[in-house]
Amino acid sequence: MATRLKETDAVLLGVGLVGSILGRELTRAGLNVVGLERGGPRHTVPDFQGPQIHDELRYAVRKHLIQDTARETFTFRNHAGQVALPLRRLEGFLPGTGLGGSAVHWNGQTWRFQESDYRMRSLMVERYGEKFLPADATVQDWGVTSKDLEPAYDRFEYLLGICGKAGNLGGNKVAGGNVFEDARAREYPNPPMKEPYGSAMFRKAAEGLGYHPFPSPSANMSRPYTNPEGISLNTCTFCGFCERFGCEHFAKSSPQTVLLPVLLKEPRFELRTGCHVLRINRSGDRATSVTYVDAQGRELEQPARLVVLGAYALNNVRLMLLSRIGAPYDPATGKGVVGRNYAYQTTSGVQVFYDESVNINPFMRSGANGVVIADFVSDNFDHGPLGFAGGGYIGEVMSHGRPIEHHPTPPGTPAWGSAWKKAVARHYNHTAAINVHASSLAVRQNHLDLDPTYRDAWGQPLLRITFEFPENDIRMSAYLTAKAEEIANAMGGKQVAASPRERPYNATVYQSTHNTGGTIMGTDPSTSVVNRYLQSWDVPNLFVIGASNFPQNASYNPTGPVGALAFWAADAIVNRYLKSPGPLA
Amino acid sequence: MKPHDPSRRRLFKAAGATGLAVAVPLPAPAQAPTPTYAFFNAREAAFIEAAVARLIPKDELGPGALEAGVPQFIDRQLAGAWGAGERLYRSGPWRQGTPSQGYQLPFTPAELFRNALRGIDPGFAKMPPEKQDEYLKTLEKEKRDLGGVPSDAFFEALLEATVEGFFADPVYGGNHDMAGWKLIGFPGAYANYYELVDRHNVRFSAPPMSLGAHPMGTK
Repeated sequence: MATRLKETDAVLLGVGLVGSILGRELTRAGLNVVGLERGGPRHTVPDFQGPQIHDELRYAVRKHLIQDTARETFTFRNHAGQVALPLRRLEGFLPGTGLGGSAVHWNGQTWRFQESDYRMRSLMVERYGEKFLPADATVQDWGVTSKDLEPAYDRFEYLLGICGKAGNLGGNKVAGGNVFEDARAREYPNPPMKEPYGSAMFRKAAEGLGYHPFPSPSANMSRPYTNPEGISLNTCTFCGFCERFGCEHFAKSSPQTVLLPVLLKEPRFELRTGCHVLRINRSGDRATSVTYVDAQGRELEQPARLVVLGAYALNNVRLMLLSRIGAPYDPATGKGVVGRNYAYQTTSGVQVFYDESVNINPFMRSGANGVVIADFVSDNFDHGPLGFAGGGYIGEVMSHGRPIEHHPTPPGTPAWGSAWKKAVARHYNHTAAINVHASSLAVRQNHLDLDPTYRDAWGQPLLRITFEFPENDIRMSAYLTAKAEEIANAMGGKQVAASPRERPYNATVYQSTHNTGGTIMGTDPSTSVVNRYLQSWDVPNLFVIGASNFPQNASYNPTGPVGALAFWAADAIVNRYLKSPGPLA
Repeated sequence: MKPHDPSRRRLFKAAGATGLAVAVPLPAPAQAPTPTYAFFNAREAAFIEAAVARLIPKDELGPGALEAGVPQFIDRQLAGAWGAGERLYRSGPWRQGTPSQGYQLPFTPAELFRNALRGIDPGFAKMPPEKQDEYLKTLEKEKRDLGGVPSDAFFEALLEATVEGFFADPVYGGNHDMAGWKLIGFPGAYANYYELVDRHNVRFSAPPMSLGAHPMGTK
């Protein structure tokens, strides 16, 4: 029997990026807030300090900052005709665990989605007609516009100190920035990072082909920065240990470096780590409390007037299903909402192999430095003759040269033996990599639900992922990867090797941690889980925030939109919901 | 400094084959790891030493996996938490999946190696190198039954562990003398390239740095 604790104003499920932002905004509004974090407390000092943090085996290969799959994992199948099996180790995507969540081990690539993403269905229909989207596409509008979210993006970027160059200031295009972006109110808080050699070669080649290269927006600092919370960050040193690692230098924005030092001093905020939430309890249309197991294994019930679910996207969906809030999606009938419109990221790559006079120095990199083009992002190009929806950015954004993970060899090289060794030695420092980071269409068959067989360490069903790349995205990847190959061919290498994305989706190969959908936002309760303020349609005192809100996944990395949605929802809670608790129209 | 003296390789093999620790006077700082094993028995060690020497051979470019202490790396990994199934979801039911669903065998890494090694040809270590390569290729390409472990799964685990041991920080017992890093020019735990990153095409030539070599490190 769970011990019932004293009621609080608000409880946060997860103290990562979303939890930290909501914790700050809600306590600032005068609420008492309890933050429940399943993992441990972690701080730049002493947890992320050098030299020990620069340990590829421990962090990048053994994944010590990632969700512990011995206790909790996901099951996976490509289609409903297969039996889903547990991902016994996570390889394809890496949700974090512990204070700060995945925003501790992220790279820091921080983007804004576009109007053509938020209004994808409307604008595609408007431009290409009713029949253009594939019949199985469940693409829909978000219920918000670029203009709605601009102030939230602005706050998020200034909180994190994002480094970049604006390409559209209040409607005026700025050469050298991302001229395809929607209007932003002001310049990025910090200038772009230094440009490594491979990025410079990409820029030259892309410019030569008539594209519009610009520096990738980064949460790795280009100079010392003090954010609006009064917290200071240092300049990034390009150490090459960014994604999968915590930053020792206070140079990568994360809850630890931009918000937690203030939030953890706030008397209205109470952080509880090692607390694994089992479910949200409800009575009628009200969430009444949260049941969790604490670090000692005791079951506790925390009553709260407001519940904010801000875990990793997949775990948001799982907690909604475990709590039986919202109708579970059934792909056979197309009815139900929780687990619907699960999407991923369609990534691919091109390698450029140089002669030995070209030193790429892949180890001198940060998580988010690089040069990209947005000419093929979203609907920035005419899809009419192409016959697919969606797009992606193409760029040279290498983040590291750690040798267990990174030892590129040309196609045809044996996997071992002396020839392998010679090829690794020959190409390690003389290979550039071009990434294609592309959208993922929501389709009827791809979805999330509870697994009928496999359970976690607490006895609860695992989340089951059913996913295959839609035909649309395979064609998109072929097109975009060919464009990337053309740029690669102009980069002066000896050999170029392109790998467009192919079926089947293979969960054993790292592609991206950008899992989206499952608790999507919208304007119609029959096709969305939360309204445009991320408030549950069924339980108005529950807000669900994260990439699980995306109705489909877009070309850019999702952390910027997640941060913006967190501020957008916080604003709605503080300025509207608290004044008159109930459904927000 | 001769980091890969052929006479020393023989000592490795002799020691591995008998399971004895051999005290050998060797020149510093390239002192070879002492071939004692916490996990492998003598027969297993003989195979592992011979196999990793084929996966990443010593050649004109420098030391291979054997000289870099990869057998000791794998031994320590299997003897520790990783071998015991750290971070491995171990609940049944156990079913064969598709390649997209990843590892679905019920074995921990330690169990996988122990079972598979029982099924290995005991004469492997004494085969000529070409025969060893042929044998390894059959493990790689076929699903031979090795003590209940499909040989391709064992080969994959062995190759993965060998590459890890060749390139992981030397504090884990492999990458001796940072041989793997020196081969490719990876500087290791070094932490600051701010002044170099925009000096395009610069050749970085400082010696690599291990976690253990750092004054704040683990040694």
